[in-house]
Amino acid sequence: MSRRLSWLPWLVIVLVALALPLYLDAQWLKAGQYMMIGAVGAIGLTLLSGQAGQLSLAHGFFLLVGATSYTVLSGDEEGLVGLGLDPLLSLVGAVAISALAGMAFAPVAGRVRGIYLGVASLSLVFLGLYLGQEAETLTGGTSTGRAPATFELFGFPFSNEGELVIAGVPIRGTERLWYLFLALLALSYWLARGAVRSRVGRSWRAVRDNEAAAAAMGVDVRRTKASVFAVSSGYAGLAGVMIVLWFDILKPDESEYGTYGINTSIAFLAMVIIGGLGSVTGAVIGALVVFGLPQVLTLYSTNLGWFTGSVTPVLVSSFVYGAAIVLVVLFEPGGLAAIGRRIRELRS
Amino acid sequence: MTTFLQLMLNGLGKGAVFALLALGFVVIFKATEVVNFAHGSIVLFGGYIVLVTKDTIGWAGGAFLGILTAGVLALAVERLLLARSRHADPFSLALLTIGIDVIITEEIVRRLGVTVPFIGDAWDAKPIQLGGVTLFRTHLVALLVATVLITAFFFALRYTNWGIAMRAQAENREAAALVGIRSSRVTATVWLMAGLLAGIAVLFIATQDFSGAGLSRGTHSIALAAFPAAIIGGLDSTVGAIVGGITVGLVDALSTHYISFAFAKSAIFLVMLVVLIARPAGLFGTRETTRV
Repeated sequence: MSRRLSWLPWLVIVLVALALPLYLDAQWLKAGQYMMIGAVGAIGLTLLSGQAGQLSLAHGFFLLVGATSYTVLSGDEEGLVGLGLDPLLSLVGAVAISALAGMAFAPVAGRVRGIYLGVASLSLVFLGLYLGQEAETLTGGTSTGRAPATFELFGFPFSNEGELVIAGVPIRGTERLWYLFLALLALSYWLARGAVRSRVGRSWRAVRDNEAAAAAMGVDVRRTKASVFAVSSGYAGLAGVMIVLWFDILKPDESEYGTYGINTSIAFLAMVIIGGLGSVTGAVIGALVVFGLPQVLTLYSTNLGWFTGSVTPVLVSSFVYGAAIVLVVLFEPGGLAAIGRRIRELRS
Repeated sequence: MTTFLQLMLNGLGKGAVFALLALGFVVIFKATEVVNFAHGSIVLFGGYIVLVTKDTIGWAGGAFLGILTAGVLALAVERLLLARSRHADPFSLALLTIGIDVIITEEIVRRLGVTVPFIGDAWDAKPIQLGGVTLFRTHLVALLVATVLITAFFFALRYTNWGIAMRAQAENREAAALVGIRSSRVTATVWLMAGLLAGIAVLFIATQDFSGAGLSRGTHSIALAAFPAAIIGGLDSTVGAIVGGITVGLVDALSTHYISFAFAKSAIFLVMLVVLIARPAGLFGTRETTRV
């Protein structure tokens, strides 16, 4: 394909994504939204673990930070801490707070690297679990949780309120949220691609390949690590905001294997590995696999009765992505991104 | 005072188990620089084998079989998967073990279903009263077993051919290979050993005395505390694994009592963070030096 037409597939993808709400049921849209949440989070993690080589198992924690921040900033219920800010402002604030939380981890991130860092970051998950349960005035507690404010953009609500019809299809809460998520994903993708191609991305890769060499070439290693942690946690925070909007409730986990726990962190890592460490497009595709599979299987299974007893869609998906990680490391360390690259080379 | 003494005893007993887990971790890292994220799932696997066999062949037979199969599983993981990707760096191999961990853990948890069985029949829930102090038999046996095994390990490391080969490989893999040490054999034995230790540890973990919870996803989560244990001591230090294990046990026992049960888990990891900030390679770990 000539270089001039390389935008064509993208145009098709965007057009299809824009048109989907006109054709799909609400439950399929929900599934699609869930994949987009995964994609936004995975983009953040691929920058951190792939581009900058910093293993992190704390992604679930930063999701929780973003989710809680949004709910606290935008909410104003009786008996709970809430600032009642504008939802858009709250979203931006939640991303900023998550990024700051990532930066606060910099003293650790700056000192330890590689696997050590991965294990060190596990501590944040346990801290999040504890704080989420204890800080009930912020999170609403494990028993009831807390409802987030409906997202609004300049007075336009992303709920079932008001009438909006496109091509004879009523655009209600689910459809509106689809477009919101699509916009957030597109923005995330575009910013990440820009960062990877720019000076920032080069400094990340320099630190990944050899810290000492990077420092010798004038890269401030500590600052670079802090910055990539901030960026990655900002992405995770955004995914966290999306996840409370998707669930329509913020509910802190009861164990370390919940929405914001270890399993989620590992799922994000799986997306990034399957997609190919460092590849932004790969991260999105990885998210489609890891977060998409349980959703799609659930939807199919209710229709077809595939799953019985203890074999659940979530279990099958875990097997699939666990096996995918093993296969990728064994046979194609570059993940799907490397496969894609090879196909492109074959054709040109 | 008696409370404190009691807590120290509990902490030591738990610490002995964490030391066994951490030691398994550290020998693998020392010999191959791979961090084994599948350790928790091997613990679960060993426990599950004990559970399904103990009713037919008796607890002792089941325990023996559980330990053995945990070792064989670890060995199989190394031989069948890790050894086949010799060119992958330790970082990728660590990621690979995450994949293995997910598969094994999910399958065992599925098989367990809603049951949360205890498997430490021989010593569980038979406390001994001594003055004002309650001695949990599980902790006592764990302490004894860990002391014997760890002493044996250090003797083996110091005096046997295997120990010399293992230390040589840890020092310099290429040089060790050049003088005729079979890298694959050393690697296989450390994995086998780590698996056996995991199989032993689970007999103490899934008990009333240790955690109050039987074999479940929670067992995997407890086994995760071997990470901070190994890191606190230094990932490449066998002595560090013991010190780290005991530290984690004590922190767990003390913070559970003085703060809260919910906080204990975070406390372990917070201590690890503090150690990492003060000494990035752990208390006894080798400091990394870099060359450009």
